[in-house]
Amino acid sequence: MDPAVFGTEAVFEALPEDPAVKALRDLATDAKYDRGELTLTVARESIVTASEALRRAGFNFFEDVTAVDWYPSEPRFQISYSFLSLGMKRRVRVVVRLAGDDAVIDSLTPNWPAANFYEREIFDLFGVHFSGHPNLRRIMMPEDWQGHPLRKDYPVEGYR
Amino acid sequence: MAPIAAPDQINPGIEDVIADAERRHHGNDPIADQTMIINMGPQHPSTHGVLRLVLEIDGETVVSLAPDIGYLHTGIEKTCEAKFYQQVVPLTDRIDYLAPMINNTAYALAVEKLLDLEIPEKAQWLRVLFNELMRINSHLVWLGTHAMDIGALTVFLYCFREREQLLRIFEAVSGQRMMTSYIRIGGVSLEPPLGLFESIRAFLLDFPSKIEEYESLLQNNPIWINRLKGVGYISPEDAIALGVTGPPLRAAGIDFDVRRDMPYSSYEKFQFKVPVSNESDVWARYVLRMQEMRESVKICLQALDGMPEGRIVADAPKIILPDREQMKTQMESLIHHFKIVTEGFAVPAGEATSSVEAGHGMMNYYVVSDGTSKPYRVHMRNADFSNLQALETMCKGRLLADVVAVIGSIDIVLGAIDR
Repeated sequence: MDPAVFGTEAVFEALPEDPAVKALRDLATDAKYDRGELTLTVARESIVTASEALRRAGFNFFEDVTAVDWYPSEPRFQISYSFLSLGMKRRVRVVVRLAGDDAVIDSLTPNWPAANFYEREIFDLFGVHFSGHPNLRRIMMPEDWQGHPLRKDYPVEGYR
Repeated sequence: MAPIAAPDQINPGIEDVIADAERRHHGNDPIADQTMIINMGPQHPSTHGVLRLVLEIDGETVVSLAPDIGYLHTGIEKTCEAKFYQQVVPLTDRIDYLAPMINNTAYALAVEKLLDLEIPEKAQWLRVLFNELMRINSHLVWLGTHAMDIGALTVFLYCFREREQLLRIFEAVSGQRMMTSYIRIGGVSLEPPLGLFESIRAFLLDFPSKIEEYESLLQNNPIWINRLKGVGYISPEDAIALGVTGPPLRAAGIDFDVRRDMPYSSYEKFQFKVPVSNESDVWARYVLRMQEMRESVKICLQALDGMPEGRIVADAPKIILPDREQMKTQMESLIHHFKIVTEGFAVPAGEATSSVEAGHGMMNYYVVSDGTSKPYRVHMRNADFSNLQALETMCKGRLLADVVAVIGSIDIVLGAIDR
């Protein structure tokens, strides 16, 4: 397996020809190439721009988006997007970090309809708000449910 | 936050469907009412579990449709975070319960990536063999229930006859018919019993004639043809935009199969064709899955012919439970056993994604480790979840009865959607 590379400079140097690196060269605030997987971190404001840059670079398939709760450390939420290129047969992970008291991010659903259910799921289970989502409602839990079950401060057995 | 104009492809929610219908109705005059809202499921025989659909229909034509899911949500992703890495394997069985070994493989691949484990060749080939048998198993249930939804009850019994043989094979190799947990982190759990390969081979040699039997029941049946042909069309652009994978994507003319294009578990050593069609209707998906079963038989036969010798688990005593015999004679093994069972094994911090081609489409496991013996986060991306988003596009403007055919053709399992 290729050795791990951490940091924007090091990744840009190690993978200068990678289409995702080329597309997000100006937007990435952090980067890592670990276990054969490329992860690029972008700022919250630039997620829509970044996703469009990836689309132009050939990453035409929105695969997945999920969140990781790093409670109690800050920034609390890590939103991990996964884009796939059906033509180049490769994927890239794009990460955005959000503070716990301001967990709001632009929705990708208007540009990538596949993100619809995934963003609703994160909203439901993590309580991260996607601004611009056309139908941001709970998807797994009942409408009147209190709390967001996949948060780390939510007990596994639920509140009793 | 200003509301934005939603493009056509975006699925409406239930509330949108109801609100739209109410807006179209003119006042309270019952005669002026053009459309009607009906509820389908969650206890409907053709929804393959507990899927609820809210449909707005104009006569018999579907105006809009919204799926309501979550009835089977059991919080598996949350439960995973409270278990040791090896204890998550049985939970993954319950995701897509028609193909548990494919789920096991996807999870094991992600954790092995984090651990940087080298898997012996025999274990990889056994994984391929049982992944393909599971695919046949999953497709058999699909065909049986799909045909039953359309009204061809006989096919169901024929399919379950062959599925029973497969379940016996799974029981012989793992001790369980359905929740097998056979594929573990670092390899597979047990050496296949003597004579199992012969019975698998006998099944595989016989199975193509059974596929022909199913086809003889369906292929020339005018009802089957009329109910399937031209129904549930989705354009390749919409299929990509909505995240459709698996047979529905390939039926739309997009030639993408994870097994061939991003090979895992030594799939690159097998020769097989990826069937593709351009029709993109329910019929195309049916034909494609039938061909896929034939290709799976070929892969299984190759796996049996070329099955390598050697270990079935990686050489990592701190991760893999030791042999029972060794445990009774060697102190080291006993210590390892005790440590793994009581404390689990630590996985280096980091994140990894594995991707496999499940019976229903691309399945990804995203595992995040914080360096402890319990996964920090496990996320499953199941094809069923995103394929369901395409249901509205496929059904819009078609007859209500076609909805049943389309649900059958995207082959969803609610366990994989709700998790």
